[in-house]
Amino acid sequence: MERFIKLIEDVGKLWVNYWPAYLNGALNTLVLALVATVIGCLIGLICGILNTIPYSRNDALWKRIILKLIRIVVRVYVEVFRGTPMVLQAVFIFYGLPYFSNNTLRFDSVWAAAILIVSINTGAYMAESVRGGIISIDPGQTEGAKAIGMTHFQTMVNVILPQALRNIMPQIGNNYIINVKDTSVMFIISFTEFFAFHRYITGLNLMYFPSATIEMIGYLIMTLTASVILRFIEKLMDGSNSYELVEVDSLTMTAGTYNHPGRGTPFDEKNRKYKSHLEHAAKAAQADEARHRLRESLKNRNGSPRGGR
Amino acid sequence: MEILKIQHLSKAFGANVVLKDIDFTVNKGDVISIIGASGSGKSTLLRCINLLETPTSGEILYHDKNVNARNVNAAEYRSHVGMVFQSFNLFNNMTVLKNCMVGQIKVLKRSREEAREHALHYLEKVGMLPYINAKPRQISGGQKQRVAIARAMAMDPEVLLFDEPTSALDPEMVGEVLTVMQQLAEEGMTMLVVTHEMAFARDVSSQVVYMNEGVICEQGSPAELFGNPQRQETKDFLARFRQS
Repeated sequence: MERFIKLIEDVGKLWVNYWPAYLNGALNTLVLALVATVIGCLIGLICGILNTIPYSRNDALWKRIILKLIRIVVRVYVEVFRGTPMVLQAVFIFYGLPYFSNNTLRFDSVWAAAILIVSINTGAYMAESVRGGIISIDPGQTEGAKAIGMTHFQTMVNVILPQALRNIMPQIGNNYIINVKDTSVMFIISFTEFFAFHRYITGLNLMYFPSATIEMIGYLIMTLTASVILRFIEKLMDGSNSYELVEVDSLTMTAGTYNHPGRGTPFDEKNRKYKSHLEHAAKAAQADEARHRLRESLKNRNGSPRGGR
Repeated sequence: MEILKIQHLSKAFGANVVLKDIDFTVNKGDVISIIGASGSGKSTLLRCINLLETPTSGEILYHDKNVNARNVNAAEYRSHVGMVFQSFNLFNNMTVLKNCMVGQIKVLKRSREEAREHALHYLEKVGMLPYINAKPRQISGGQKQRVAIARAMAMDPEVLLFDEPTSALDPEMVGEVLTVMQQLAEEGMTMLVVTHEMAFARDVSSQVVYMNEGVICEQGSPAELFGNPQRQETKDFLARFRQS
C-alpha cells in the first residue's frame, strides 16, 4: 500500500514537472501514427488494385508482361517490408541514403523519414489486407459491374473497394493501433515521440518505474480512444438498417382525402384526372390479364411449381 | 435485323470441352429460350456471348463486328448487351436506385438527373418504385431480380441476356419475375433466356434452342420444338419434363 502511495506521488511529481513533454510526445506519436496509417492504406489500396487487374490470353503481350512485372514488384515490396523489423528499416533508410549518396542526399527532417518508414511498412501489411478484402467480395459483384460495361477501374472504385474497405476496417484499426505503439522504435532516428520522452525524462531523474506507468496509461488511453472511434466509423459505414418506402402512386389515396380546391375530386366525371384514372384502370386490367395468363400457364405444369429437372 | 451472330463458337476449360461449334443468330425482336439439362453448356454460352468467359475459338459478331478479338473494347460492347444473373449480383453497397443509376452515369456518361429519371422509369415498370431507398440485403429474391432487370434495362441495351433468372428464387417469387420478362418480350425487347421454365419457353419465346452436351441439338419455334420434336434427345428431355 505504502509503495502504491509512493508511486502515485512520484507519478504526480513527474507529471507536474514534465507534462508538456509527455503531451508533446503523445501528440507526435498520434500524428505520426495517423498520417502513416492513412498513407499506408493508400499504398495498400494501390497495391491491391494493381495486384488484382485481370488479364487473359486475349490481351496484348506487352500488357501481360507489364501486369506480371507489377505483380512481382508488389510481391517483393510486401515480402521485404513485412519480413524485416521496422527498427532496422528505419536505420537502413535513414542512414543508408547519405551513405550511398556520399552525404549529398539525406533526410532534412526526421518527420519525413519517420512518416516514410512507417507508411511503407503499413503499406506492406495493408497490401495483403486489401488483397484479402478484394478476394472476399463475391465475384458476382464484379460480374454484375462488368455486365453493365464498367471497366476494371470503375468496378473497383464504385463497387468492390467500398465493400472491401468496410470488410477490412478492423484491419485498418489494427494497423493504426500497432502504429501507435510501434512508432516507439523511431527513437532510433531520434524522432521525439511518446516513448522518446520517457527515455529523455528518466535520463534526467532516473524515475524509471513511475515514468513507465505514465507511458503505459498514455498508450492505453490513445489506443482505447482509437478503438472506440473505429467502432463508431464501422457503424456509420454500415448505414441504417431500415429504409422508407416511397409512396408514389397517388391513386392509392383513401377515397375522400383527395380534394384540391378548384380541381374537384378524381371521382368527378367531368374531371380530366378522372378520365386518365379510367385509362389507367383499363391499362392495369390489361396488365392483370397478361399476368393471369402467365400464371395459368405456369400452373399447367402438372402441379410442380418449378420446372422439373 | 441481325444483332448477334455466333459462328463456330467453342469453349473449353482445360481438357473439358463445354461448347462445341455453336452457330446461331439473334435478330432484333427475337425472344430466344435456351433449354437443356444442367451442364449442357447453356450458361457458358451466355457468358461467352457477354465475354465474361473468353471463348476458345469462334466468332461473336455484333453488328458484323467480331467482339472476340484482341483490339475490341469489351466494356463498351458489354454496355450494349445487358445481362441478368441467376444470383442477381446487385451492388450490395448501393441502394436500389443507385444500382440502376451507377452504370448510366459512369459508363454512358449521363447526367445525374437523366440517369435518375431513366432508372425510375424502369423501376416503375418492374414495380419496385416504392423500394428505391432499400439496400439489396433488405429486399426479397424476386424483388432483387426485378431490380436487376431494371438495372440492365436502364442501360438501354440492344439485347438482354438472362442466365436462369428464376432458378435461385422461391417458387412463389418465380411468377413476378416471369411476368416482368413477358412484359419486356411483348414490348419487343430482344432477349436471350437460359431457363428451366418450360411454360415460359413455350408461351413467350419466338424461338427455342435445345442444347445437349455442348452442341445445339435442335432449334425452332416453340410449336415445332415442343409439339413435334425431331431428335430423339429432345424427345427424351421433354418427356422427362412432362413426367416431373
